[in-house]
Amino acid sequence: MTYQFDFSSLLAYWPEFLQGAWLTLQLSAVSTVAGFIVGTLCAIGRSDGPPWVKFLVGSYVEIIRNTPLLVQVFIVYFGIATLGVRVSANTAAVVALVVNVGAYTCEIVRAGLESVHKSQLEAADCLGLSKPQIYWHVVIRPAIERVYPALTSQYVLLMLASSITSQISAEELTAVANRIQSDTFRSFETYIVVGIIYLALSFVVRIALWLFGLAVFVRKRKLGTAL
Amino acid sequence: MSAVVKLSNVHKSFGTNKVLDGVSFEVGRGEVAAVIGQSGSGKSTALRCINALETIDGGTIDVCGHAVHDAKLDRRSLRRDVGIVFQSYNLFPHLTAEQNIMLAPTCVKNKSKAEARDLAHDVLRRVGLAEKADHFPEQLSGGQQQRVAIARSLAMQPKLMLFDEVTSALDPQLTGEVLKVMEDLARGGMTMILVTHEMAFARKVASQVVYMHKGKVWETGPGAMLDKPNTAELADFVGSGL
Ligand SMILES: Nc1ncnc2c1ncn2[C@@H]1O[C@H](COP(=O)(O)OP(=O)(O)OP(=O)(O)O)[C@@H](O)[C@H]1O
Ligand SMILES: [Mg+2]
Repeated sequence: MTYQFDFSSLLAYWPEFLQGAWLTLQLSAVSTVAGFIVGTLCAIGRSDGPPWVKFLVGSYVEIIRNTPLLVQVFIVYFGIATLGVRVSANTAAVVALVVNVGAYTCEIVRAGLESVHKSQLEAADCLGLSKPQIYWHVVIRPAIERVYPALTSQYVLLMLASSITSQISAEELTAVANRIQSDTFRSFETYIVVGIIYLALSFVVRIALWLFGLAVFVRKRKLGTAL
Repeated sequence: MSAVVKLSNVHKSFGTNKVLDGVSFEVGRGEVAAVIGQSGSGKSTALRCINALETIDGGTIDVCGHAVHDAKLDRRSLRRDVGIVFQSYNLFPHLTAEQNIMLAPTCVKNKSKAEARDLAHDVLRRVGLAEKADHFPEQLSGGQQQRVAIARSLAMQPKLMLFDEVTSALDPQLTGEVLKVMEDLARGGMTMILVTHEMAFARKVASQVVYMHKGKVWETGPGAMLDKPNTAELADFVGSGL
């Protein structure tokens, strides 16, 4: 039995595919930035905070890393609704993705923070820098430089995982695909197209993060170290 | 002559390990004190106590008018007067030589970027590395990294410089270039305390040699004391070729 591919019936839908891809990128970009901030703050709290902060952040991280993203998305979505706050599916999706990627970012950044040698802190202390100055100049910046490749992978993964938010009908790429395939009955073709679009998006995200890294981490640019 | 550094009967233990057992010595303005002694005799600990990196259990330490032993010590104001250089350089790897040097003047002394850059070039010239300003630590040899570390301390215009075996990780040629920088500093009138295994250098540059043994100042005197030690222990130490 041979399957007759028919991509032609999808042609009419390209604006919607594009729209979905664009929303996927937007969701991912916002979640990446917010997730990075949340994750970094959590990492600082978990490595240097008072015990109760360590406990709180630790619990958050372990809960998120040991439950499925889909369940987290539902909990956030219905949780927000239960609080009586009306938000769009897209907003709920972003919140869920931030909560999720924040936990992973926390662990990646924490590994970076802990890789900064104690002697570096001592040297900065001896130069008279204050605690916050030491933290910013001598700990956080080199730590993030060091774990940047791991962060990049995590944020590409986030973009791909945002597909799950189609389950709460956030209008991103996978949700668009679901709709198109039920309109056209061309499921196989639709998901092939969507797969290719995701591949292209991954490529775009990687390039963007790579360029960002080059701009920010001067040393890596100068020394030609791989990012 | 007013003492820049004065240790009186300093005691310090790590747990049950008594590391400093009544250490006293003083260093006057413009003096260079070389602290020598076997491994584990407490030299680094003494230096770290002077800079309040360790708290002491007893005795007093006065440094440039700061009572270091006092619990109410303002550590950051002590830091403004004292520079320290470590065996392992401890340069910040993500910053260039120039940026390593500019960091403290901009953060601590609120100097503008331009002022700090001028200052960085000035101190880099003093250690003979003006042309390496844009290099990252990993692009420099050990000797060059150590000279940048010295320059970084100098940029804060300290009244006292502490050196803890700053050449121990270097091969003889690189050792020479670092020692030369230190010798120039000494000639320029900088008050310095250096822990060193370079006996020839101590003999030549130090105005005072402090021999530590088992947590005590065993013997102290001018550089010439190394040629005719009073104690058997120092004779042994010098004779062992360390
Ligand atoms: N932070 C610390 N905690 C516990 N013990 C320590 C600490 N620092 C030093 N010691 C101990 O104190 C003793 C003296 O150490 P110190 O580093 O002052 O010796 P040193 O004279 O500088 O030796 P070296 O020539 O090997 O550098 C050693 O027995 C060492 O194990
Ligand atoms: Mg030592």
